[in-house]
Amino acid sequence: MGSKRPNRRGFLKGGAALAGGLTLGAVEPVRGQTPRSEALDFIKGSDELIAYGERSRFVTSVRIAHPPGSRPSPDEFGLVFHVAAPLQDSVGVITPSSLHFVGTTRGSFIPDIDPREHRLMIHGMVDRPLTFTMEELKRLPSVTRTHFIECAGNSSRPDRRTAQETHGMTSCAEWTGVPLSVLLEEAGVKDGAPWIVCEGTEEVKGSSSIPMAKAMEDCLVAYGMNGEALRPQQGFPLRLMVPGFEGIFHTKYLRRIKVVDRYYMTYNDYGHLTQDSDAAALGYQIGPKSVITFPSGGQELPGRGFYEISGLAWSGGGAIRRVEVSTDGGRNWSDAEIKGTAYRMAHTRFGFSWNWDGTETELRSRCTDELGQVQPSRAQVAEFFEVPLGPSFRVPGRDNSIQPWRVASDGSVHNAIS
Amino acid sequence: MRFLRLLPVLLLMLMASSSALAQSPTYGVGRTPTAEEIRAWDISISPTGEELPPGRGTPVEGALVYQRKRCGGCHGPEGEGARADRLVKRDGGSDADPWAWGRVLPIRAPYATVVWDYINRGMPLNREGTLTADEVYALTAYLLYINDVIAEDEVLDAQSLPQIEMPNRDTFARVPDWEPGMPRLLGYPY
Ligand code: HEC
Repeated sequence: MGSKRPNRRGFLKGGAALAGGLTLGAVEPVRGQTPRSEALDFIKGSDELIAYGERSRFVTSVRIAHPPGSRPSPDEFGLVFHVAAPLQDSVGVITPSSLHFVGTTRGSFIPDIDPREHRLMIHGMVDRPLTFTMEELKRLPSVTRTHFIECAGNSSRPDRRTAQETHGMTSCAEWTGVPLSVLLEEAGVKDGAPWIVCEGTEEVKGSSSIPMAKAMEDCLVAYGMNGEALRPQQGFPLRLMVPGFEGIFHTKYLRRIKVVDRYYMTYNDYGHLTQDSDAAALGYQIGPKSVITFPSGGQELPGRGFYEISGLAWSGGGAIRRVEVSTDGGRNWSDAEIKGTAYRMAHTRFGFSWNWDGTETELRSRCTDELGQVQPSRAQVAEFFEVPLGPSFRVPGRDNSIQPWRVASDGSVHNAIS
Repeated sequence: MRFLRLLPVLLLMLMASSSALAQSPTYGVGRTPTAEEIRAWDISISPTGEELPPGRGTPVEGALVYQRKRCGGCHGPEGEGARADRLVKRDGGSDADPWAWGRVLPIRAPYATVVWDYINRGMPLNREGTLTADEVYALTAYLLYINDVIAEDEVLDAQSLPQIEMPNRDTFARVPDWEPGMPRLLGYPY
């Protein structure tokens, strides 16, 4: 490498006009002696690009309103500010912070918190109530873990076309913070306290009840996300991670944790509970779930030949142990390759080598988690609950059913739920 | 002899000190909040209502507060027809099927404490925290009254409010006891 340096310096001196945003890599073709036929365009340097980088203008993948066609309100009345992540464009397992799904009631719901003023209080049935500043929390031993968060409303229906529309209300990030168990042990939990109640700072002070067993097991008081501070839409400066539980439990703008001896039935709890005890159980901890992101609804295959089918699998029950793919509408299943490490309660990328013969077919994926829970088809769920399977069938609890994609002979891909 | 008589005491002391050790803070980071700080922040109300503050209110008083605090500007003068959530039940429900009245807090909530708590913590939106305890009792009474849960002359306070029999009191499924490594629903193959 060292020997290349004089060249580069000489080039820069001679071509100051071109020097702007050039990297060593971009210079390489010039060294390669091949005459260039077209002029290369360059991204103009700017203070912004020095301070905080941007993606290429050719990369246009963005979040959309959820449910599709709705209006994510920027105001205090829209009653939804749910935006879905573009899973169909995703690679790897991390959702970029800018593309992470958001589920809140209003766009104006997002408080602008000065972290120097923010406090977390732990009180209730503890030996020593405590308050922490952000600085104090950052002094404590931290952990960094990769976890998904999924919204309760993340369900597929016949009229949803893309993976973003069917599955975009889940995302996965690397979270850094203090284990909640460390904070609870600092405060000293008294006997006979099976629940905690967590509360945010925003105007309605969203509050959820979480079992003490879960709080002690793996909850995280997170201040970091994907290598930087949490984003405001994700709870800056502090949020609770409740790995594998329904999204609403992941309390944003976390300011208070009360250790209690009974179920408090908060507004958030009430709003997400149901009458049916089976549905309640199936809605609490997210079930094993997967979706093929390529090829998926709305995409087009240019022609027959080799494709790596790619997708994401996750479960609230722990790590993904196995992913199977069917390229013939569920008649035959083969193991897919799990890419990298399958972390617990995290999106896990899978791949499957496929030669498309150009005829119409249907692609499906299904996963199995470390507890042995297997992702069901809609037909299997309907049979278990003894209800008719039709376009309006809704999976009880949270929809973790298999997503079928139909590949038409012209290469177009469609949601095959009917 | 003397030692033997003391042994149980010694053992007790040993046990006490070892459990005290296990409970003592490891890092000593963080500050002890004052009782006043905790009181100011602790707004949680449980179904027993024992955390409710003193105060009282009636539906008639609540109707006035509803006007004075301009709740109707967002929720409609009678709790429906405006841009924010409706506060009065939908048609179609019955005592036999209270869920059909819709997800409207003052009718669906299993306990009246949930209604009190939510108004107290979040309303009026953008001016939260400006209601007195009396006003929250009165507004809760008014909303329960327009949903046919209580009579016009009922007085709500820390004692009477938790006693209200909401139509959905016993219709909410219990969440499962959660333990690490537990499948979501025993006997469910998926
Ligand atoms: C500036 C508009 C605004 C004002 C004023 C307002 N609210 Fe609200 N209210 C809302 C919005 C928006 C929601 C939904 C909040 C959410 O989902 O986060 C709401 C929710 C509620 C709910 C819960 C509804 C449900 O079924 O879930 C109740 C009860 C309520 N408000 C009562 C009141 C009362 C009582 C007042 C007057 C003291 C009031 N509101 C004033 C906008 C307002």
